[in-house]
This record gives sequence, C-alpha cells and structure tokens, in this order.
Amino acid sequence: MIPKPPVLELLKLEVGFPGAPIVKGIDLKIEEGEKVALVGESGCGKSLTAFSILRLLPQAARITGGQVIFDGHDLATLPAHELRRIRGKGIALILQEPMTSLNPVLPIGLQVAENILQHEKLSRRAAKERVIELLDLVGIPNPRERYTMYPHNFSGGMRQRVMIAMAIACNPRLLIADEPTTALDVTIQAQVMDLLEDLCSKLSMAMLLITHDLGAVAQWTDRVAVMYAGRIVETAPIAPFFAGPQHPYSQGLMNSSVDDGWHYSSHRLTEITGNVHSALGERGCAFAPRCPLAAPGCRETPPPLELAGPDWHVACYRRAEAMAPSPVAASH
Amino acid sequence: MSLLATDPNDRPRLRLPKSLRNPLFVLAVIVLLGVLVMAVFAAQIAPYDPLDMVNMPFLWPFADPSSPLGTDQLGRDLFSGIVQGSRATLLVGFSSAVLGLMIGTCVGALAGYFGGWVDIILMRVTEIFQTMPTLLLIIVILAIGNPSIPLIAISIGLAAWPMIARLARAEFLSLREADFVMAARALGYPTGRIILREILPNALPTLIVGASVLVANGILLESAVSFLNLGDPNVVSWGSLIGNGRTQIRSEWYLSALPGVATVLTVLSLNILGDRLTDILNPRSGERS
Amino acid sequence: MGLLRTIRRTALQALPTMFGIVLIAFILLHLMPGDAVDAISGMSGSSSQETMEEMRAAYGLNDSLPVQFIRYVAGVFTLNFGMSINYSAPVLDVIMERLPATLTLMFTAFVLALSSGIVIGWAMAVFAGRWVDRLLTAGSLLLYSAPNFWVGLMIIVYFSAKLQLFPAGGAETIGADLQGWAWFTDRLHHLVLPSCALAAFFVAIYARLTRAAMLEVLRQDYIRTAHSKGLHPMLIQFRHGLRNALIPVTTVAGLHLGNMLGGAVVVETVFNWPGLGRLTMNALAARDTQVLLGILLLSSIAVIVTNVLIDWLVSWLDPRIRS
Ligand SMILES: Nc1ncnc2c1ncn2[C@@H]1O[C@H](COP(=O)(O)OP(=O)(O)O)[C@@H](O)[C@H]1O
Ligand SMILES: [Mg+2]
Repeated sequence: MIPKPPVLELLKLEVGFPGAPIVKGIDLKIEEGEKVALVGESGCGKSLTAFSILRLLPQAARITGGQVIFDGHDLATLPAHELRRIRGKGIALILQEPMTSLNPVLPIGLQVAENILQHEKLSRRAAKERVIELLDLVGIPNPRERYTMYPHNFSGGMRQRVMIAMAIACNPRLLIADEPTTALDVTIQAQVMDLLEDLCSKLSMAMLLITHDLGAVAQWTDRVAVMYAGRIVETAPIAPFFAGPQHPYSQGLMNSSVDDGWHYSSHRLTEITGNVHSALGERGCAFAPRCPLAAPGCRETPPPLELAGPDWHVACYRRAEAMAPSPVAASH
Repeated sequence: MSLLATDPNDRPRLRLPKSLRNPLFVLAVIVLLGVLVMAVFAAQIAPYDPLDMVNMPFLWPFADPSSPLGTDQLGRDLFSGIVQGSRATLLVGFSSAVLGLMIGTCVGALAGYFGGWVDIILMRVTEIFQTMPTLLLIIVILAIGNPSIPLIAISIGLAAWPMIARLARAEFLSLREADFVMAARALGYPTGRIILREILPNALPTLIVGASVLVANGILLESAVSFLNLGDPNVVSWGSLIGNGRTQIRSEWYLSALPGVATVLTVLSLNILGDRLTDILNPRSGERS
Repeated sequence: MGLLRTIRRTALQALPTMFGIVLIAFILLHLMPGDAVDAISGMSGSSSQETMEEMRAAYGLNDSLPVQFIRYVAGVFTLNFGMSINYSAPVLDVIMERLPATLTLMFTAFVLALSSGIVIGWAMAVFAGRWVDRLLTAGSLLLYSAPNFWVGLMIIVYFSAKLQLFPAGGAETIGADLQGWAWFTDRLHHLVLPSCALAAFFVAIYARLTRAAMLEVLRQDYIRTAHSKGLHPMLIQFRHGLRNALIPVTTVAGLHLGNMLGGAVVVETVFNWPGLGRLTMNALAARDTQVLLGILLLSSIAVIVTNVLIDWLVSWLDPRIRS
C-alpha cells in the first residue's frame, strides 16, 4: 500500500523577528485526519509556528527558512493570491482569545458567511442558510436569531463556538487551533474540546492543536510534538509517550502536570528549574541549562531528532540516561 | 569596572537618548531657541522701530540690504516687525499657556482626586467651556475691556484650559490608586500635601507635554486675534503683520507670507516637540519604526 | 429608531451644559462696559439722564441680578436674545440672516476635512513607516501648525491672484443676477477657496487621528481572523479595518466642531464671506453686545445639536453602544 501523503509538512521551518530567531528549524508532519498536539511552555514559539503556516505573522516577524508543504505547494513562498485560496478553505485557524478574535462591529453571521462567500459560489441567501446550519452544528442555540447578533452579545465559550463554525465553514482539511480553550472556564474547556474532536471525525479533518495543557493532549489527540525554545525535542504517538516520555524536558512537563490532574497550568512549569530564557545564547541543547542530566557534550551542538521507537523521535544526547529509572521519571 | 571604562561602546551613553536624536526634533529645538533669543534680544536685533517709516514703501525682500525683508505700504521695516512681533506672540502664547495650565490642572486634579460629585460638577464645567467655540469666547471676553496683551492672554487662557483639565484628571485618577499615594494616605498626610507633593510631581511630565500644545494653540489664537485687529494697535505681533499685509495681498504678498512663515515654523516646532515628548512618555502611542 | 431616543437622552444631558453657558454669557454681559440703554442712547444721540433712567426701568435693568438672570434664561430658552442696537432688529433675526452662509461654509469644510482626512490617514497607516507615510505626516503636521487665515491668504495669492482660477472673496458674483444652475455653480465656485482654507487644519487633525486609529485596529486579533479566511486585503482594510477605526475618528470629529465655528469667523473675514464671522466683527466694532452674546449662545447650541447627531452616528457605527 502506498502511504498517503501528509496533509501538512513543515520542513526545517525557521521564523523570527529581526535579530531574534524564535522558531529554529522544526520538522513536523500531519497525516490525513490526524490530530497532532504541539506542546510547550508559553513563549517557546508555538503561536509563531501556527501563524507562519498561513503566513499570518505579526508585522515584524518573517519566515527566515524552511518550507511549509500543503497540497504539493510550499506555502512559505506561494504567491499571495494563491495562498488566499488556501486560507479558510484548505487550512483554517482558531485563535486563543475569543474576546478579541471576532470583529466587534460586524454581525457574527456575516463574519462566518464571509468565509463561505469567499471560497464558494453561493448566493448570499444560500450562504446564510449554511451559516445557520453551521451555528447549529457547533451548538449555538437559536442560530437564526443569533445570526444578526454582535460578538458582545455572546459569552467567551459561545464566541469560540462561532470561531469554530467560521473555521469549519468550508470543510478545511486541516484545522489549526492555537490554545482554543486557554481563555475559557474550565467547565467550558472540555465542551469545546469535545466539539472539536467530534467535528474532526465528522468532517475527517486533521487538527494541529496548540496547547500547554498535557491533559488535553492525552484526551483529544493522536500524536504529540513537544517544543522547547523554538525546536521540537520529542514527537511520539500518545500512548507510548504517556507511558514514558524520553526527553528530560517532556519528563519534567509530565511530572509537573500529574499532580494536579489533567488540568495543568503554565506556572507549574517553574518546577523545572529556570525558564525558557535561560536558553538564550546557548550553542548546544537549549534545555541544557535546566536539564538534570546535562553533560558537557550537551553544550556543544544542538542534538538532532533521532528515531527512538516506532514513529517516535527524540532530540537528546542523554536519552539512554533519561530512560533509566531516575527521580524525575520515578514520580510518574 | 576597568573593562567598562575602556569599552568604546560606553561613550554613546553620554549622548541624548535615542528618541531625542531625531533630526526633526533637534531642528525644532534649534528653531525654538532661535525664536526665544530673538524675542528676548529684540531691541538689540531689530534695526528699527517696527512702527517707524524708515525706507521706501513696498520694498521687496532682498532688494535693499538696509531692509532685508522689505517694507510695507508705509515704508516700515518688515524684518524689524517680525523680530519685535515675536515678543508679543511668544508672550501671549506662553502666558496664556501658563494660565491654562494652572486652571486646567486645578480643575483636573480636584476632579480626578476626589471623584464623585466633585468630578461630575467640574467635568460639567469643563464641558461647558469646551462647547463654546474657543475663538468666539475669546472675542466676547475681549469686548469687556480695551485690547491689551494681558487681556488677550487671559482670554485665551480662560478659553483653552479644558484640554489640560482632561489630561490632569486622567493622570490623577490613575495615580491616586498608586502604591506611594496609598502609603502617604496611610501615614495620615493631609490631602493637600498628597495632591501637591505626591501626585502632582508625577503627573507633571504629561501636563507639560500638554502645555506645549497649549503654547502652540495660544500662538495660533493670538495671531488670529491680532489678525482680526482686536489686539493692541500699538503693539506689533506676527498676526497683526499678516493682517496688515492683507490689503496688498494680490501684489505685495510677501508682507503676509513672511510673518506667517515665522508663525508656522514656531508652531510646527512646538508641535514636533510635543509629539516627540508624548512618544517618549507613552511609547505605545507611536508606531514602531 | 434610535435617533429620537438618542436626541431625548442627549438633550437632557445637554440641558445643564446649556444652562452653564447662559450663566457665563450673563456674567460676561454684566462685565461689559455700559448697558443696553447706554448703547441705545449712544446711537440716538444725547438722551437726558431721566429718560435713560426710565428706559432702564422699562428694560428691567434696575431689578436684582437673580431676577434679571431668570429673565435672561427664559429669553434664551424661548430664543429671545434681545435687540441688536446696531441693526435695530431682534438678535435672532440678525443672526438667522447670516447663519445659512456660515453653515454652508462649515458643512462643506467639515465634509471635505473628514473625507480627505480619513483617506490620507488611511494611506498613512497602510504605508506606516515608509516614505509615503513620512511625507504625509510631515504635510499634515505643517497644516496642523498653520493659522487658517494665513492659509487662506496664501491660497488667494496662488489660486486667485496668480492662476485666476477662483474668486478671492464673496459668496456670489455681485450684480450677476444668475438663475438656476448658473447660480449654483457660481456659488460653488466662490465656496471652493474658503472651505479649503477652513478645512486645512482639520484635514490634518482627522488624518492624524485616522492613522493612529487604523494602526491600532490593524494590530487587533480580528484582523488576523479576517486574513485567515482568505479575504482580499482591500476588503479587510475597509470592512474590518476602517469600519472600526471610524468610531474614534467620528467621536473626536464631533469635539472639534466648536473650533471649526471659531475658525469660520476668521476665514470668513479673509474671504469676505457674508456669514456670522463678519457679523461678529461688526458687532464688536459697534459694541453690539447682545448680538455678540447671541452668536456665542447660538453657536454653542449648534455645537450641542451637532454633537447629538455625532453621538447617533457613532452609535450607528458601533453596535456595542447601540444596545
Ligand atoms: N516584536 C518582537 N521581537 C522579538 N521577539 C518577539 C517579538 N514579539 C514576540 N517575541 C518573542 O517571540 C516569542 C513568541 O512566541 P509565541 O509563538 O507567541 O509563543 P507561544 O508558544 O506562547 O505561543 C516570545 O518568546 C516573544 O518573546
Ligand atoms: Mg501563543
């Protein structure tokens, strides 16, 4: 059997601000219908990675190298008008902050319909009916009346549902969700994640879920990629990963997240001593300054991602030591 | 330490902060200093009394070295007029700004610090003054007495303070919750002391930037008033020079153009100064460049 | 539907403001040298001390100040601003005769300033940091610093004296007795230079405002959302960007209307425009205090009324205010 090509493939992607590289060459593959989690502490470059896929970077930021392969095209160099045909149609994006990601002066129905009208030859009336179906699908009650309402009439959770309706409006093959539940109440978070999972299987849509919530990773995705200081340090299928992560940073993450259940907040990360900025000016492994197993060799060159099991890659010189029973791994 | 001292990168620290090294800003400061010197030493710089007939009428600029900027219909020296006129213009601009700054700060400080009813009433008063067209109010006040520089300055100050009041109110509103104010209150300092000694010094930078706009405004209003011939007929100002040139505007247009250029340069410099200082105080307001 | 409600609400809010303005006018009236009787007798030649006293009693000038004030307030709220000594006619009539000309000038200048200010500011924001922006920023700072009467004179020098494109003054060709379309174009022709002179300063203000508002809006998350849908950048600029940026611009535009009226007084003088500006100057020369105060009061009312309209416009632009 010929393996199907992946939906999206990032090849050595580099993104940065002038004089400040943030994403330092990451490789990531997302298969058809697969749900991949990108995990890492805040500031490590997750959002920048997500934005660079559709070239929606902040003004000063640039893709400085690498490729973004979607449908046989390199999105990093695709002409703008062709890229616009992929935005919203092939790949859709959901942002973290539902309070600010909808335009406050336009009715929500119109904002969803915009996406449909842009990519499909539909009359305004037909588009409106589609939007009402979509709003119903994402669980917004009375969609017909809500169609003409404005974002300020909705709660955060409801706004995020509107965002989801907008994102799935044109049946995209890939949905990028940048911390879609971080800004929501804990009780609503699970509902929204359930909805996303449900939609992914209904529409056979792949999803790149960006999060710093390992609990969400375990519950709602198929594969995880752990990011640290602009590099992917470990990528593995969910089951073996949660049975025993191999990178010391993943182990630390897991450690700090287990004690308060699946809901894990970023400040718990400080239990791994130091922070992401101690990576500044590090020539070798960016995690070395905080790593309990760091050896002098770790500080020379960054470790490459190496096969460490079936579909399992780890970037660590001290993998063997990390896998040995240690205080870090034992508490898991 | 010794390493630091020999570091060549250490030297730029002695220079102006980066935001002030903008050439436009430097130019603006130079222009303002120049105008200030001109006003202070007007008597020494101006060759003639600007009200005396000293030369042939309607000399064009650069035609006769003894009247470098030409003469008007009565043979009065335009260069002397511009130099002497800077006095009245700047005097009114600054003193009206000081008055406006004082009224505005008092009103804004009280409104912002006490809030509640005081705030509501004082902001009403501010709104009243903001609703009345500034220049009309000035004109009506001028009708009270004989035109003189103090009356003009007072009328402009009375009409222009609301902007400062709003600024001061916003500053006091946010500063009254600051830690050091809380501490002062906990120590039982009297309210007057808290307002004057604790909050005011911190609000002052913003207010002074606001006052630079007020000076610019004052100069523009003064020139309008004296252009309309409502000023003291015995005092030359840039506005009155422009007004004087009006009757020959189709032929000897330099008579109005040159004093106008002086006004524009001065006001422009003040505005550049104000813009730059605002950027420094509030870096988010400008674009990143 | 919202207009009536907005008007009612704002009118109630404006009532104390109006009251305060009347109080200030009343104080100014009493600070001015001489009273109405002095003025009248001054006009009609010598009057004896007795007749003047009789007139004072007849005009109620001997009543206590509070009584006079109440009468004054009642007068203003019934649009009775007293008599003009200079024109021997009710102040309201005198003003109303000149008001249309001033309103025409102001309205033209306002529309001109707002539309070109928004376009220029938008261009500055789109090209922020590049030379187009630098050039327009410098230009608007220059306009922002120039006295409007001087701009008017310079416009006259170039467009009227040199190029002979437009008339330098007046509102119509004197003695031409034009009809219909010709009358209209003649008017328009006379309107061009004064409205440009009046608009110049405000173009700069609105352009700077629009630029700042646009830059702020373009940073917002919902702009990224709009791009993520694959919309055309122009559509995003207008439907998502400008729509939002217009809210602060319109709000502030309302605050500047009073200034524009003040500016009109001077510009009218420059262009011999037969409006309130010239009336003001004549009233001042003749010490026609009632007319002066009437102009101040009526123009304040005009500012309040336009602010109601602006409020309504803003609530129409911003659904968050509407509900
Ligand atoms: N204008 C800028 N110049 C340089 N660095 C920036 C700028 N804006 C953001 N950054 C850096 O880029 C990173 C942003 O990463 P991001 O992708 O937002 O992280 P997250 O993983 O939290 O989504 C942060 O480390 C931040 O410090
Ligand atoms: Mg992020």
